[in-house]
Amino acid sequence: MAKTSVSDPQQWVSLYADYLYSYAFVRLDNEEQARDLVQETFLAALEKIDQFKGNSSERTWLTAILKYKVIDVYRKKNSGLQAESAEREPELEFFESDNGHWKEAYSPQILGVENSDPLVNKELRSILQKCLQKLPSLWFSVFTMKHMDELATEMICKELKVTPSNFWVIIHRAKLNLRACIQKAWL
Amino acid sequence: MGVIKKIQYNCRHATYLIEKRQHTALTLKERLHLVIHLSGCSVCRLFQRQSRMINRLVRGLFHPANSERRKLDDKSKREMQERINERLTK
Repeated sequence: MAKTSVSDPQQWVSLYADYLYSYAFVRLDNEEQARDLVQETFLAALEKIDQFKGNSSERTWLTAILKYKVIDVYRKKNSGLQAESAEREPELEFFESDNGHWKEAYSPQILGVENSDPLVNKELRSILQKCLQKLPSLWFSVFTMKHMDELATEMICKELKVTPSNFWVIIHRAKLNLRACIQKAWL
Repeated sequence: MGVIKKIQYNCRHATYLIEKRQHTALTLKERLHLVIHLSGCSVCRLFQRQSRMINRLVRGLFHPANSERRKLDDKSKREMQERINERLTK
């Protein structure tokens, strides 16, 4: 890829709008919200165009601005949800309450795709997308920030006001739910 | 129930540790717990493989090679372009 160090905002829409829109959509699952954030990103970038150093690509720079806008949406969506989500024990859906053993009905079964290339398997990917949408909002936010964006745990805890111990509980719950949802749809 | 038996039964805690280990280092106690549990529990070993597969899948959701990339409609693009032009000529 050619490295462009001089930024030309006239070209942004044609070069990056689809990319940024896809980035926002997969994280928000809302077309209107995704579109608005892309627009806001372009305008915010114009404001601080003198900060663009050209040592990262223009796309990377714009994506970083958009990333914080997505986090902002997560934060607003999740403020005030903490107490409720910490109190329930959804693990008991999957495990026996006395010894923590898998409940028969929820025990993982071989799916036959454990080693498949996720980029190749379209069907699996569309199931995953549907299952992600079923997660409670806070779990979804924590899960995508960790898994899609690979953000530091400390940062996610701070932004979403989650305690470190609750963070791991949420990561665990989100995965248990996703896996069970995929199994149900796949088998 | 003895300590080892308890660890062997506790898939709930083992799966929690499997998730945690994918992001951070476990304590010695946690590592021991997981080794003991996984050595005797094929179901949790399967969970671990599927969990990693899901992680790869999630990372692949937004990937340049992903052919199902979304396109923004032309009308929105025109509006964006207009707003950018407005700012630039100010």
